[in-house]
Amino acid sequence: MLSSCSGAGGKEGQDLEKIKVENLCFAYPNGNQVLHNVSFCVKEGESVGLIGANGVGKSTLLKLLVGLADGYQGRIYVDGTAVEKRNLAAVRKSAGYVFQDSDSQLFLSTVYEDVAFGPRNYGCSEEETERRTMEALRKVHLEDLRDRQIYRMSGGQKKLASLATVLSMEPEIMLLDEPSIALDPRNRRNLISVLNEITAAKVIASHDLDMIRDTCGRTVLLFGGRIVRDGRTEEILHDKQLLEENGLELPLGLQRRGAGPD
Amino acid sequence: MNKLRGAIHNIHAADEGRRGRDGTVHPLARLLVALWYAVAVVSFDRYNMAGLTGMLLYLLILGIWDGISVKAAAGRIFPVLVLTGIAGMANPFLDREIYWQFGQTKVTGGMISMATLMMKGIFCAASSYLLLTETGMEGICYSLRCLHVPKEFVTVLLLTYRYLIVLLKEAERMTQAYKLRAPGQRGIHIKTWGAFVGQLLLRSIDRAETVYESMLLRGYHGEFAGKRFRWEKGVSICYVLFWGAAIACLRAVPVFELAGKLLL
Repeated sequence: MLSSCSGAGGKEGQDLEKIKVENLCFAYPNGNQVLHNVSFCVKEGESVGLIGANGVGKSTLLKLLVGLADGYQGRIYVDGTAVEKRNLAAVRKSAGYVFQDSDSQLFLSTVYEDVAFGPRNYGCSEEETERRTMEALRKVHLEDLRDRQIYRMSGGQKKLASLATVLSMEPEIMLLDEPSIALDPRNRRNLISVLNEITAAKVIASHDLDMIRDTCGRTVLLFGGRIVRDGRTEEILHDKQLLEENGLELPLGLQRRGAGPD
Repeated sequence: MNKLRGAIHNIHAADEGRRGRDGTVHPLARLLVALWYAVAVVSFDRYNMAGLTGMLLYLLILGIWDGISVKAAAGRIFPVLVLTGIAGMANPFLDREIYWQFGQTKVTGGMISMATLMMKGIFCAASSYLLLTETGMEGICYSLRCLHVPKEFVTVLLLTYRYLIVLLKEAERMTQAYKLRAPGQRGIHIKTWGAFVGQLLLRSIDRAETVYESMLLRGYHGEFAGKRFRWEKGVSICYVLFWGAAIACLRAVPVFELAGKLLL
């Protein structure tokens, strides 16, 4: 197992561990073993890409981090709190999760109401809720759309609004499942710039290796439910053989560079 | 499917329309007035059609005041008219006592009681429609919590409303996929109904679960911390007092009957 808390990009021993996963194993009730002995950690402010082919357990791993799936073996700590049933409220306050499908994330009528949902649930006053909501909308550049009906928004706007629903809770950690899926190039670039402005620790699960290059200093490569490599993004994403052995391909940006005239 | 899209659009349009009318009246005030109105309507005797007709004034004034489209409201209320018509269709056969006679035309007690039953149904449905359009499901649920209705009941009510959209969207997606691969076919073939409904339920449950997970991850703990309503105490109290008194007057005084006597 090639995984550790001393992955690239960290200032060993000095940074606060925001996520710590130790010997994590998980199987679904039907017996399908999804994760095998996974260990890694994420430090304060670090941005980690979680890559791998379909079905290797990326989304499951993210869900386990916020307690959306239980019955795992091993240990998971989020912001120093063990992910257990009795601690879920604290864990979920620290870690925001952005779903792959924005329509599942957004369930209220207007952008403002949806973004304000989290702060209100955590007992913020209306003034504080408004401050957080507007701050989150400003970060994703949607402040002008605060009263927009969700169903009138484009896919790109919905994705940014989904991000804002989590940002308004001011989490220490952000977990994003395929954030760039179904976005056009302009919206994708916009999303990348928004993600790069977020200072919280981030774990981004994605097949979009170009986006991982642009947003993550460190990458964890999963295959068959195991971590096969944990290291600097540039090293992993340049390793054609490693990627192909694990069901992936070089990022498009690097493929073009290789194919282009010298 | 156009009907499904229409239904989804109607729910969204109701939400959107309501936003423009967010007022200063507390949702509880509106709920109390609507309940009082329903009690007053139901309390009319089954032959007192003239008195009951006066209750229409409340709906007209409120509807015009709030700019509610009569056409849209009629469309929503029509099914109630059909249902109450079916419920009261036996009355003309059971109660044949003649109340009025205009030449050869005889109006029996059964006909009048059927008409009043339908009117009561329509008035109550119209009042509920006005309440929903004005306050929204969130406002109604908020009011119910103010009345200490158990939160489990209120949450189920609100989530049912939310999941209705999820169900409709899934149904729309599936019917579109079906139609694109079954050109020239009208509707969904009966052989496919079983699988279609099963898939629809499974997919809707999946979607609903994800929505629920999204709520849990944002601190949902059984109490729906939705929209906070802006309202003014004085305006809300005046609203309840004014409409409470007006409805009581309409209940006590047969307005249209008096007007008819004055004119004739």
